Amino acid sequence: MNAIDPVMGAKAEVKQNLEVADNQVTVGSCFTDAPKMTMRNVNVFYDDKQAIHNVSVDIAKNEVIAMIGPSGCGKSTFLRSLNRMNDTVESCRVEGEICMDGENLYAPKLDVVELRARVGMVFQKPNPFPKSIYDNVAYGPKIHGLADTRVDLDEIVENSLRKASLWEEVKERLHQSGTGLSGGQQQRLCIARAIAVSPEVILMDEPCSALDPIATAKIEELIEELSQNFTIAIVTHSMQQAARVSHRTAYFHLGRLIEVNPTEQVFTMPEHELTEAYITGRFG
Amino acid sequence: MTKPVNNLEKIRKSLGRRNRSEQLFRWYGRLAILIGLAAVTVLFTDIVSKGHGAFRIAYLQLEVEYSKDLIGVDNLTDPEQLVLGNWQAVPKQALREQFADVSGRSDKRKLYGLVSNGAGFDLKDRLLANPLLLGTKEKVWVLADDDIDTYYKSWLDGEPYAARLSDKQVKWVGELHDQGKIRLQFNSNLFTRGDSREPEQAGIRGAVMGSLFTLLLTLMLSFPIGVAAAIYLEEFAPKNGWTDFIEVNINNLAAVPSIIFGLLGLAIFINFFHVPRSVPIVGGLVLTLMTLPTIIITSRAAIKSVPPSIREAALGMGASKYQMVMHHVLPLALPGMLTGAIIGMAQALGESAPLLMIGMVAFIVDIPAGFSDPATVLPVQIFLWADSPERAFIEKTSAAIMVLLSFLIVMNTSAVWLRKRLERRW
Repeated sequence: MNAIDPVMGAKAEVKQNLEVADNQVTVGSCFTDAPKMTMRNVNVFYDDKQAIHNVSVDIAKNEVIAMIGPSGCGKSTFLRSLNRMNDTVESCRVEGEICMDGENLYAPKLDVVELRARVGMVFQKPNPFPKSIYDNVAYGPKIHGLADTRVDLDEIVENSLRKASLWEEVKERLHQSGTGLSGGQQQRLCIARAIAVSPEVILMDEPCSALDPIATAKIEELIEELSQNFTIAIVTHSMQQAARVSHRTAYFHLGRLIEVNPTEQVFTMPEHELTEAYITGRFG
Repeated sequence: MTKPVNNLEKIRKSLGRRNRSEQLFRWYGRLAILIGLAAVTVLFTDIVSKGHGAFRIAYLQLEVEYSKDLIGVDNLTDPEQLVLGNWQAVPKQALREQFADVSGRSDKRKLYGLVSNGAGFDLKDRLLANPLLLGTKEKVWVLADDDIDTYYKSWLDGEPYAARLSDKQVKWVGELHDQGKIRLQFNSNLFTRGDSREPEQAGIRGAVMGSLFTLLLTLMLSFPIGVAAAIYLEEFAPKNGWTDFIEVNINNLAAVPSIIFGLLGLAIFINFFHVPRSVPIVGGLVLTLMTLPTIIITSRAAIKSVPPSIREAALGMGASKYQMVMHHVLPLALPGMLTGAIIGMAQALGESAPLLMIGMVAFIVDIPAGFSDPATVLPVQIFLWADSPERAFIEKTSAAIMVLLSFLIVMNTSAVWLRKRLERRW
């Protein structure tokens, strides 16, 4: 993707255009008719430094929305504010309104434990617990009290592993350590763990960046299947991945949401010149 | 054109110097380790060469008669008779019979000085265990006096030390040796008895039990408190000026001389709360204060070493912070915490200065049976014996040091073993 423009002049010209105005307005189709999550005028700060500027966007039910953009553009920060993982960073402050099914996620009475059961997360680096495969998947249902009997729990574990297309590979060794799996298997285990509590939304923060191409292909296939039951927001560095798995693509640049459009349109006829510059590899 | 050749030459020229400095550094390292090992070897050989003698002690064979008239006892179940009985008369009479030619008060006193003045009581215990012996005669080995023990051992080694003995006593020991009636036996008293003014009767059991009770209390208090403090500071406390202040002060406490903790314990536990002095309770409290900073610091380091990705995974699953800590962080940090606790305990075991301040330096004969019995501890016992004038205490001191060192080695080895055993990789 790094098609290098040999003409220095052109580079300089792009550089100039990279400056975004403070009153930058998101172009494209940000809003949908039946949104699962709605974000309005979201600003995120780390101490005094503003990481996200005035982002407003909807995530539709059962859609896969990809967030792309150059490093440091704030896409991960934005993703992590959707299930309040940013709460763990002490200097982080979120302003604006983030709602799921019309309920404000930052309302004082909302319990983050409930929120994170409804909005699951898969991280960049596979991070299974140093416990058995079974215990990894069973952990969520256990702490939320979702299974009444051992049989129920077994069923949840099997179903989750099947949905994460890992069951066939691990059914013989459910009680071996999850950390003994390969990187791709570990990441699918993390996905199984996340869907074991039947969340409504799954956030994925560059889930394939630590994986090889074959493992990546499996995860991408999985994302497509999962989108039938779950709403998925995925941050990715790979534009091909965004093109392959997502329905809509959001392009972030320097903390601002530049463009949101159906994925096909973003990669064929981007509306904004910055998006175009990024997808054609003139920077990034 | 010539540049690459020049570079290669320069690199080759510098190689020798670089290799030399590496070699030099290796030799420095080896020297440093050698010095350390030499120091340890000297220490151990010195202690072992001085102390090994204490594990054997001289016994005399006497033909004793458990005479009712001599002792003044006819009923072994009457406690009053047992208290009033003249037990020491038994070995004395046996000695008089053995050396029938000895007469005169002063010679007899010297003769009686061959056996320990606790020998009569040992015979009493023997009689109580076998009441049928009353009124009969038997040949038994009785404990020799410490001066005899010292002389006999040094004589066997070829360098007799007779400064504390008269010529006659030296002669008698020689006769006993020729008749095979003096010998060295395993010194079980060292491990079964408490302290005594008489070196041949002194043992470390009291000090070991005192150390055990004191350390048990220290562990029970300092581990839960230290771990709770570490978890709170690391996982729950807001990071602000206050927690920085607390952290600095915990580090300061770890560096405070231990005798200060003893003074603190004296002022607070004994003078203010009126905890009795010389008991393991107050010793345990003082050592808890001393050990806490160590445990908090090592526990915090263990918690810090748990990768943040595990915390994120737990929180992302909807675990509360408490669940995250209890289910994931604590199990992973526990090996490190236990290692820290064992090292802290080893420190506490070797500590004497603060205990001097709270009266655990008293001369205590009885073996403590609980947390509120007056007690002393191993390092203090070593200090007490090292301070005693009797020559026989020299080897006793070294023997006690050997016991203390072996406890420390066991504890530190188990810390290493535990860390290797429980360590998980991710």
